[in-house]
Amino acid sequence: MEERRRGNMRSKELTDGEEPKKASRKTVKKRRNGEEEEEEEEQDEIFNFNKKPAEEDEEDDDADLSDSEDSVYSGLEDSGSDSDDEEEDEDQKEDEEGVTAEKEEDEEGVTAEKEEDEYERDSSDEEDIRNTVGNVPMEWYKDFPHIGYDLDGKKIYKPIRNKDELDDFLDKMENPDYWRTVHDKLTGSDIVLSDEQVALVNRLQRGQFGDVGFDEYQPQVEFFSNDVMIHPVTNRPAHKRSFIPSLIEKEKVSKLVHAIKMGWIKPRRVEDDTRGRYYDLWAGEDSSILARHRMHLPAPKIPLPGHQESYNPPPEYLFTDEERALWDQQDPSDRKVPFVPGRFPSLRQVPAFPRFIHERFERCLDLYLCPRQRKMRVNVDPEDLIPKLPKPKDLQPFPTTQSLVYRGHTGLVRSISASPSGQWLASGSDDGSVRLWEVCSSRCVATVQVGGAVKSVAWNPNPSVCLLAVALDTVVLILSHSLADRQVISSSERLLSRPLEAAPTDGVESVFWSEGEGHELGQGVRLKITHPKAVHQVVWHAKGDYLASVMPDHSSHLQVLIHQVSRRRSQNPFRRNKGLVQCVSFHPIRPYFFVATQRSVRIYNLVKQEMTKKLQVNSKWISSMAVHPGGDHVICGSYDCRLSWFDLDLSTKPYKMLRHHKKAVRGVAYHRLYPLFASASDDGSVIVCHGTVYSDLLQNPLIVPVKVLRGHVITHDLGVLDVTFHPSQPWIFSSGADATIRLFT
Amino acid sequence: MGGLQKKKFERGSATNYITRNKARKKLSLSLPDFRRLCILKGIYPHEPKHKKKVNKGSTAARTFYLLKDIRFLLHEPIVRKFREYKIFVRKLKRAYGKTEWSSVERLRENKPTYKLDHIIKERYPSFIDALRDIDDSLCMCFLFSTFARTGKCHVQTIQLCRRLTVEWINFVIASRALRKVFISIKGLYYQAEVMGQLITWLVPYQFSHDHPTDVDYRVMATFTELYTTLLGFVNFRLYHSLNLQYPPKLDSKTELELKEEEDYAMNSECYLEKLSALSSSLARVVSTAEEEETQLDQFPVEGEDIENMAAMEKEQKQLESQKKLFEGLKFFLNREVPRESLAFVIRCFGGEASWDKSVCIGSTYEMTDETVTHQIVDRPTVDKRYINRYYIQPQWVYDCVNAKVLLPVEDYFIGVTLPPHLSPFVEEKDGDYVPPEKLKIMALQRGEKPAHSQEEEEEEEEEEDESAEEDEGEDDEEEEAEKNLKEMEKQKSQGKSLQVKVTPGKMKVEDSARLEQEEKAEEKRLAIMMMKKKEKYLYNKIMFGKKRKIREANKLAAKRKAHDDAEKSKKKKARK
Repeated sequence: MEERRRGNMRSKELTDGEEPKKASRKTVKKRRNGEEEEEEEEQDEIFNFNKKPAEEDEEDDDADLSDSEDSVYSGLEDSGSDSDDEEEDEDQKEDEEGVTAEKEEDEEGVTAEKEEDEYERDSSDEEDIRNTVGNVPMEWYKDFPHIGYDLDGKKIYKPIRNKDELDDFLDKMENPDYWRTVHDKLTGSDIVLSDEQVALVNRLQRGQFGDVGFDEYQPQVEFFSNDVMIHPVTNRPAHKRSFIPSLIEKEKVSKLVHAIKMGWIKPRRVEDDTRGRYYDLWAGEDSSILARHRMHLPAPKIPLPGHQESYNPPPEYLFTDEERALWDQQDPSDRKVPFVPGRFPSLRQVPAFPRFIHERFERCLDLYLCPRQRKMRVNVDPEDLIPKLPKPKDLQPFPTTQSLVYRGHTGLVRSISASPSGQWLASGSDDGSVRLWEVCSSRCVATVQVGGAVKSVAWNPNPSVCLLAVALDTVVLILSHSLADRQVISSSERLLSRPLEAAPTDGVESVFWSEGEGHELGQGVRLKITHPKAVHQVVWHAKGDYLASVMPDHSSHLQVLIHQVSRRRSQNPFRRNKGLVQCVSFHPIRPYFFVATQRSVRIYNLVKQEMTKKLQVNSKWISSMAVHPGGDHVICGSYDCRLSWFDLDLSTKPYKMLRHHKKAVRGVAYHRLYPLFASASDDGSVIVCHGTVYSDLLQNPLIVPVKVLRGHVITHDLGVLDVTFHPSQPWIFSSGADATIRLFT
Repeated sequence: MGGLQKKKFERGSATNYITRNKARKKLSLSLPDFRRLCILKGIYPHEPKHKKKVNKGSTAARTFYLLKDIRFLLHEPIVRKFREYKIFVRKLKRAYGKTEWSSVERLRENKPTYKLDHIIKERYPSFIDALRDIDDSLCMCFLFSTFARTGKCHVQTIQLCRRLTVEWINFVIASRALRKVFISIKGLYYQAEVMGQLITWLVPYQFSHDHPTDVDYRVMATFTELYTTLLGFVNFRLYHSLNLQYPPKLDSKTELELKEEEDYAMNSECYLEKLSALSSSLARVVSTAEEEETQLDQFPVEGEDIENMAAMEKEQKQLESQKKLFEGLKFFLNREVPRESLAFVIRCFGGEASWDKSVCIGSTYEMTDETVTHQIVDRPTVDKRYINRYYIQPQWVYDCVNAKVLLPVEDYFIGVTLPPHLSPFVEEKDGDYVPPEKLKIMALQRGEKPAHSQEEEEEEEEEEDESAEEDEGEDDEEEEAEKNLKEMEKQKSQGKSLQVKVTPGKMKVEDSARLEQEEKAEEKRLAIMMMKKKEKYLYNKIMFGKKRKIREANKLAAKRKAHDDAEKSKKKKARK
């Protein structure tokens, strides 16, 4: 590198030295307008690298000495001159002078060249020197008379060209040298190449050396060979650095050593091929790690495929069109089978399953992402869940079949009551009549038109009298009729015929007792008790002297009245309003009084005049209530389909809640003698249950449903409205919204 | 009172669980690494019993791990390897960024690796545990072995999977452990009984996979990493339990024969190919000619146990006979049938199988061999037929295996519509729907000869025709009765007096049995009424499930009947 640069520099110096001379020569040449000169110059230019410096020097010295002075002076003058005119003039003069001088010189030069050598002088980079515009597009000078500037800053003028296309063409046709004529853009002149130049171009085109005499295959001198020579190639003494250990290397090595010491660089690892090598992993099975921990839940296995997944399943497992449509519609998580069963006639036609990788991937996800939980699956035989109850057959007697239907009413029958003898049945209906039926023959023996929807009827439980209490609107009627024995009739007459006493003094002013009159008396109405409000229910005391009537009202404490028939006296037992009273009942033996409000049942001691108990019914709205003939048990039916059984000795909470009915329970009843109770509901059924009450306090009552009785037709969403047992037989009467009364025996 | 105030969620179940994010932080691992660790160690989230309590009162959906599990993970040596790998990746990136190729090379050479042996041992402390859990690993390895060797995962993994699966298959053949086969639309299910464990695996059909884009192959690859290790160790143990060499070597006889075909494939893969040909038995460590048949020892037993023992013995005998199902039969597999599967099944039951030489390496006899008894063909026709062999469709082999007897070949001849292929995994309880084909097979198993089906069918048809006519007659009568009724009604509505007729009354015969039944039903209904609310709910649920099952069975039966009727009518039409 160094040497080459140095060489370059030298050559530059050389050229620098020569430059002025050449330039001057060129300017001189330029001023001539002859083509031969131009050609020569071109020739020089091309061959300049072949010229031998020695000859060149000699020749140039001779040639340049003469004209260099000239040109130098002229150039100086040019630069110094101010006016263009003068310049031109001088130029012209110089031209003339120069022409002559050059001609002489050139002639000499040419002869010399031809005789001696082609490399007579050096004219390297001549053209660049002459036109100093640099590497710019020559069209920029299109509109100017000059084409650039020479070294001295003088304009180089374009040669006068008067050739047009035609001339060019003629030239082409006629001039034998046209093919070797080249247009020089920088000077704008045409140059005809000499034979040598053409030959050179050809050689270069073929990729050969420009120099004809150059031997490219001359033997190479091997400077650096495997033979040890006696003498060194270079005689330079070794540098001092080569005797001193390198600090940089030392630093590097120490760094490596440190890194190895610190374990940062590890020795190359031996190729580990144990990955695919297996051995007996379970050789020494020890149970020490057997129980990792108790909470491990192994993943469930994938369920095994069924017939449906077969490539050729039985035809019933294939989808029908509707099933297919359904499958398409369903969300993937809702589908019963995650694939569409398909049938292929032969094994070769079975395609790949497109979701295979998906399924495997989902399994993977399940294995590591799905939270696991131990779920105890109860493997219960459903038969075991059914409670073991005594067979209904063993609990007979109870009503089983519908035996009689009492027809005659035209409105729904709200209330029925059987006479204590069990021979007669009274019923009150919305059509404004009270009918008396003979139980055995289903014959209507008497009809009493009372002129209003009958809400409640109640037969006096005292067998020695024959009285019927009827509640309608605001009136309670007491009927007595001639159905019974004469003795009984007379005794009831006696009861009723007590003289009217003074007006009741118990703070109930608005209750009026009056005797039945006119045709009412003919129908058997013996007493009329007029209430201030509509009466919903009427109940007799077991002895048959007292009578309670219910007038439900939210806002008043006057909801329940107790009447004494024998003394024709009424009284209001309560001073305070404790809620809407639904129904009331007397205790069959002791002086207790049950009042059912919407959500609870209160039990009052009539003697002590205080509340003894409050039963919490876990239902929304009590509809009916019945007291066990023993007096220790109460059942309540409610509008939210429940029946609650209370054991008064046990607790104030229901001992049992029975949800047998589908709709509201309308009526409940106990049998007087048999351990039976029944509930009537809007779903048209009467359910008879066996309810044994033991005298032993420790034993809980046994409650077994024994029969579901159906027969009533549901009309206007109402089914059975009231139910009552026959006083002595295991029979049951039910009245319904379909205006019938039915007897089940 | 005094004392410290009890803080909420500092005792009880809340302290037993840890959320995923907390666990991750505790282990100081990135989420992907945590996932990998969970996969490898078999740690899974738990669903706490009281989610709200564990979730500190919040009801947000979170996954919970057992704190014990996470503590257990803390001591895992692989966690350190993960960290090392992370560092390695970081260093490698840095070296790449600085274009220090020498250090890149050095780092690559020292790439940290890990082994899963200890994890396998830990997860499956006994060999039986490992066998019990091998289903998934078999499925996965079979899937990976069918992958193309480009793209989705490392070639080494695929090769390893292939090797392990071939080893497994060879073991099943050697131990004759295969029990059931099922051709499903997903692939082929196999069930083998190894050391008393039923192992089921699924092999996809031999097609190139259409790789889905929504599947994370990294997860699958991690699982495969674990599974290959597991399967390798299991294979090793199983081979040694049978006194077979591991890695498997072919018998010396067959080895010599196969020497001739040296130029079949590249040397490295050649042996695997030969193994996967499944045509020859494996070399044993101790060269015993055959295993002795193990005889059940007789124990003095009493009462019920005698029956049990008898049943067991019978089962054992059946099993033995099933193992020799194809013994003495020579199969030739045509080129269009799935060679590997069929060869596997046939060899598992003692049969011999061969194939065309150009199909695969390891064919033992030519198609022209006179002793071939069955040729398995899956094309509509065959040009040249040999008279002394059956040309059957491949389903016959599988159905025979499932039925445990050689089924009649007539139904499986070339071009015959195949009988349905049933799943051997379904065990019908009473009340379930049993397809008629299954009943037929069960009859065959009991040794009953099927009557000539065609005649039967014809008879049936005739009978049916008659019955159909009868039905029509009945229908007519009914119609008449209906007409009468209608007339009566009309008369009623018109208010005309009915023509009074006295007809002799019929005595109603009371069916005592029916009455009793009714009574019982009523009793039951009443008892159900008395059930407690909770029990009633459970009871209703159970009954609902039962009813649904019955409904489904009925639906299937109805569908089948409709189909059969349609087929019959079609046949009739064709005959006419």
